[in-house]
Amino acid sequence: MMARSIELRLFASLQRFLPKEPYSITPPARIRDVVEQLGIPVQEAKLIFVDGRRGDLDTVLNGGERVGIFPPVGGG
Amino acid sequence: MGGLERMSAEIEEKAVSAKRADGSSVRLLSSASVRSIADGIGVCLRDVEMAALSSGILPERYIRNFDSLGVDDQKRLLGATVAVVGLGGLGGCVCELLARVGIGHLILIDGDRFEDSNLNRQLLSTMDAIGKAKTQVAAERVGVVNPAVEVILRNGYLSAATAAGWLAGASVVVDCLDTLKDRFLLEKAAKALEVPMVSAALAGGFGQLMTIFPEDEGLSLVYGPADAAPEKGAEVHLGTLGFTAALMASLECAEVIKILTGKGEVVRNRLLVMDLWNSRMDMLPLQSEVRRQK
Repeated sequence: MMARSIELRLFASLQRFLPKEPYSITPPARIRDVVEQLGIPVQEAKLIFVDGRRGDLDTVLNGGERVGIFPPVGGG
Repeated sequence: MGGLERMSAEIEEKAVSAKRADGSSVRLLSSASVRSIADGIGVCLRDVEMAALSSGILPERYIRNFDSLGVDDQKRLLGATVAVVGLGGLGGCVCELLARVGIGHLILIDGDRFEDSNLNRQLLSTMDAIGKAKTQVAAERVGVVNPAVEVILRNGYLSAATAAGWLAGASVVVDCLDTLKDRFLLEKAAKALEVPMVSAALAGGFGQLMTIFPEDEGLSLVYGPADAAPEKGAEVHLGTLGFTAALMASLECAEVIKILTGKGEVVRNRLLVMDLWNSRMDMLPLQSEVRRQK
């Protein structure tokens, strides 16, 4: 299977894990694979959205998706 | 003539008719008149403002609210009690805005004192306020901004033991706290009292907001189960910026006003996220597809 790109949006403290180059996966891949490959601590990948819908670490990606990952945020 | 009748008569006498841009007119009562009537009769400013509103007379201090929040809305706000829990970056600004818009009663809760690290963002923190109790400074600020607002101070930290008593009487609770554990504690208390809670949080240039009604799943949709949630979040890495705090506080106030007046649409079972560094905002559905179809 060919590598396919996904649109990765990492928020707040997770932005430091955002790769400089466009990010590609080899489908089928799970969000968990992406999180681990980028070095994001799994407990910091708190909220996951795929194409605007709620996902989780086990959501499967086939390429072309827009993926948003949010850490827990609690400051005031 | 009884006190109430005298008050009504004086309000009518001191009210001034003003022409509006659209040609209509509205009767206004200046803040000086509200003060002199209250002092003369021996009632509080809020009683005079409420009596004026009941006669269709607007306290002039609310005139710029008027085209968005009419006399009936203003009455609802003046009769309402809102609890602001935490008087830091979010809470100080929430307190200021709710006092200005005309919420009649504010329950202000915080056990902390101001320190240097608050000065970058907390509206109530000033050089003179360093070392002072946040509740005391908040009460002084409300007093000079809108003395018609009654403040109920709780100089301490909310706990499972104190929550129900301290929040009693509030029709909305505003979560301006800074740890996840306390946010869950507040949510539990708000649900037990069957009142909605408006919750915001920030880290650096990122902010998020949601409103939780008693029957809603609430914070666990965002943070996972309460017992597994961490104490702190991304703010440990990013700190807390003043412009983000003020923005999120404003959004919290908009939610409070919408809840109290029934206007507009609140952010329920969704998360409003603001990414100020990348100039993005989004409304995220929190419930899974299956749950939403139920």
